[in-house]
Amino acid sequence: MERHFDGLSANGLIQTFLSSPPGTEVNVFCGIEDMSIQVNNINKRFGDFVALDDVSLDFPSGELTALLGPSGCGKTTLLRVIAGLEWADSGRVLLEGEDASATHVRERNVGFVFQHYALFRHMTVFENVAFGLRVKPRRERPSEAVIRRKVGDLLDLVQLGWLADRFPSQLSGGQRQRIALARALAVEPRVLLLDEPFGALDAKVRKELRRWLRRLHDELHITSIFVTHDQEEALEVSDRVVLMNHGKVEQIGTPQEVYEHPATPFVYGFLGAVNLFHGRVEGEHLAVGDARLQHGDAAQAVSGDAVGFARPHELEIVTDLSSDEGLEAIVARVLSFGATARIELYAENGIDEPLHYEVELPRARISELNLQPEQRVRLVPAKLKLFERKTA
Amino acid sequence: MSVASATSVASPRRVLPGFNLTLGYTLVYLSLLVLIPLAAVFIKTASLSLDQFWAVISSPRVVASYKLSFGASLLAAAINVVFGLLLAWSLVRYRFPGKGLVDSLVDLPFALPTAVAGIALTAIYSANGWVGRIIEPHGIKIAFTPLGVLVALIFIGLPFVVRTVQPILQDLEKELEEASASLGASRWQTFRFVVFPALLPALLTGFALAFARAVGEYGSVIFIAGNMPMVSEITPLMIITKLEQYDYVGATAIAVVMLLASFVLLFAINMLQGWTARRSGRDR
Repeated sequence: MERHFDGLSANGLIQTFLSSPPGTEVNVFCGIEDMSIQVNNINKRFGDFVALDDVSLDFPSGELTALLGPSGCGKTTLLRVIAGLEWADSGRVLLEGEDASATHVRERNVGFVFQHYALFRHMTVFENVAFGLRVKPRRERPSEAVIRRKVGDLLDLVQLGWLADRFPSQLSGGQRQRIALARALAVEPRVLLLDEPFGALDAKVRKELRRWLRRLHDELHITSIFVTHDQEEALEVSDRVVLMNHGKVEQIGTPQEVYEHPATPFVYGFLGAVNLFHGRVEGEHLAVGDARLQHGDAAQAVSGDAVGFARPHELEIVTDLSSDEGLEAIVARVLSFGATARIELYAENGIDEPLHYEVELPRARISELNLQPEQRVRLVPAKLKLFERKTA
Repeated sequence: MSVASATSVASPRRVLPGFNLTLGYTLVYLSLLVLIPLAAVFIKTASLSLDQFWAVISSPRVVASYKLSFGASLLAAAINVVFGLLLAWSLVRYRFPGKGLVDSLVDLPFALPTAVAGIALTAIYSANGWVGRIIEPHGIKIAFTPLGVLVALIFIGLPFVVRTVQPILQDLEKELEEASASLGASRWQTFRFVVFPALLPALLTGFALAFARAVGEYGSVIFIAGNMPMVSEITPLMIITKLEQYDYVGATAIAVVMLLASFVLLFAINMLQGWTARRSGRDR
């Protein structure tokens, strides 16, 4: 399945996109054929360290997938294996259904965007974007006029046409990353791979670029994978999230699915703040010390020792200490700014270190409760997700 | 009061202390060690009339020595750029047994007394030396010819290129080459368009240093050169020859020419280097 890129026709496609009214979806890269990515049974070790442990994944055509996990979980290694920048010890990489495992990175035709941009410092922005076109074999190389038009269109696409003659060192981080993206798109890659693309940027620019990337993807529909350790970023930008830990896939799903129904304790803990309750399952309740917490989910087939997980907004505070609901805790701090307020609490069971909890409540509720530091209250979970406790 | 305000105007407050002291020290030191001796060369030469000066510096034997000194030095520096880059490349990019040894061997020409280097080179390249014995029957004479001068100058100039290029090559991000490859560039295109431009300023610096060292080299060259008039005499040797004939003014006249020529060449190389550094975005 050799793909030949005719500079003019490709240019025409981007042209179509640029001149189409906003909101219309133009399929620039896709639609011609399937652009899926599959990895089968990928293993990769660095010495004794297992970076990827029998990973098999299927990235459907045209989707933006986030590879999410803590550092060292293998997500970047997986991305680099897909790109051909790293070789797997075993397993296969399929691009558009064909085995690309033995193909060199320069023949895989993937667009790769690096965390630290990797722009060529001695070239202008224009030459950076044109690079992939200029190094094509003479037979496939577009004419100078076509290169000029195409690079111009790409710079317009990333909204940085006015920077064409600058050098990378004269740009801000966000601008550099957009140029890096334009450079990767210039060769019309089959897939786009982004390695922590916003990792080196400050919070505000990150947020802007996230939204921008999502918009761009909605317009181009190029199969994309991006690696991140920021759960908010992954949930906000992607169509699907792949959660990884210790070289294994923990869960795959839409942002909604993984957030609402975490499959493992790791996923639960990684996707947001969480409160843990260690205890024993007794029917409808989880017994934590003297307290009995209703887990409210009879379908959870967990028995014996278990850990109950609850998000901060799934906890309620009861000031009536005579209630037999919930678990006794002491208010440490009340942080009331923003739409919701956070209350930090701790509990002492006399054996271990004090346990810390975090509750999120609407501001109205906070003023109603009128909590004071060191006040004793009861914590009542509205919902508990139970996982079996692994006996170590 | 007025004194205080006057000083505050004269020296705006600086964060780093000791500016006056360090600048003063620098100027005195530079003057004593560099400027005054150099000025003496010019003053001594000034005792010659212009015609006499011209006669000394343009005598055929001296002109032949310029050609050899500057020609061989430029050529040696150029050769060192090519092979120094290769050496630096293999030292940075690959792991092989004995790498540490090779790495420290590179510095040997720095540390070796030049006379030792000269004798060693002569012993190897002369007609009955290890190398000379093999190549002399093929009609290639190295010792006691300009070729021998070139060999000695290459020997002493090598570490300059290796040691200037090595750290730059080490710091060159791997991502740049990966980006280039992912955009479809071949190994050669990546080297030509991505790696080489990044190394060019360092290569030019290495060239300038190797050249400067070669022009001033004496010890290692005179043994292997054979010092035949009009053929294998270097300019520093001409100066020594004049001194031995108690022709001090003649010696300084030649020194002035060397000084000016070296200065102009180094200045030009520095300009070129600054230009490439700006182009590669290091200054911004």
